[in-house]
Amino acid sequence: MSLLSYFFGSKQKTAAVAKERLSLIIAHERSTNRAPDFLPALQRELIEVISKYVNVGADDIKVQLEKQDNCEILEVNITLPEQPK
Amino acid sequence: MARVIVVTSGKGGVGKTTTSASISSGLALRGFKTAVIDFDVGLRNLDLIMGCERRVVYDLINVVNGEANLHQALIKDKHCENLFVLPASQTRDKDALTEEGVEKVLKELEHMGFDYVVCDSPAGIERGAVMALTFADEAIIVTNPEVSSVRDSDRILGILQSKSRRAIEGREAVKEHLLVTRYAPKRVEDGEMLSYKDVQELLRIPLIGVIPESDDVLQASNQGTPAIHLKDSDVATAYLDVVARFLDEDRPLRFVAYEKPGLLKRLFGGK
Repeated sequence: MSLLSYFFGSKQKTAAVAKERLSLIIAHERSTNRAPDFLPALQRELIEVISKYVNVGADDIKVQLEKQDNCEILEVNITLPEQPK
Repeated sequence: MARVIVVTSGKGGVGKTTTSASISSGLALRGFKTAVIDFDVGLRNLDLIMGCERRVVYDLINVVNGEANLHQALIKDKHCENLFVLPASQTRDKDALTEEGVEKVLKELEHMGFDYVVCDSPAGIERGAVMALTFADEAIIVTNPEVSSVRDSDRILGILQSKSRRAIEGREAVKEHLLVTRYAPKRVEDGEMLSYKDVQELLRIPLIGVIPESDDVLQASNQGTPAIHLKDSDVATAYLDVVARFLDEDRPLRFVAYEKPGLLKRLFGGK
């Protein structure tokens, strides 16, 4: 098998794996580490307000700030439960 | 105006001090009055790399605390005119390094007519590293083509973009340069190592150069001679190119393509 893969070059190059892993983790860390300081507080307060009316947990609300060129987009994602309170 | 350059990386052991020593020497060789400051309080090593460890009397913290003046603390480099070394303190605690203190030292260097001040950052993202980048006008991000180094470089870029004076005051951003070090073209060709293009694509900052992996770097540090002085070595040539590009001169990239050793070289084992 190893001889076959040697001839056919089926072994995946590790540098490509490294690049793939890095691009994922860097994108993730950029969105979390470079987010403005108010995001966690905003998320907390949104949960407080919304949970007054709808039964949502802390994990059901996602607040994200994205940058596209010169435009910043604040994205608030709320997953509503199936049955309202 | 003295231009402040921080050499930083996040990760340790990637070549920050080697780079600081060579870039500052290169700028001095071009005739610029240059100072290089070691910010690694507690673990100074720039003095060893520059070969001036036996001439250290006062250090950065002494100057910050007013126990010595800059003239007393600056050590004149033995390899080039125009270059002065300000060593880090070996013993004091890290809190002694304050923003006001660093600012005072940089202002004074400017008064003394320095053209460039190179700040050799410690590894990590703690106080010393933040102090080294706080007043930077330009940053050289030293990165190895390796996962942890690339990730840490991205972290330090985030800190540069949020904690530097330029960022806080909303002035023109710190000019960032990517320097890929310990590069092995053969391993890149074999798909074992990230290419400099990969690293640049991931970090998204302009490339200022690629320094090849080389035994000469150890030889240089053994002797206390900055690598840029090693005549005819690839490393020295690569650093001279980096300095030229830093000064806005056009230089093509070298030492990034793998050349198969010729028959003679293989037979006689030349390097």
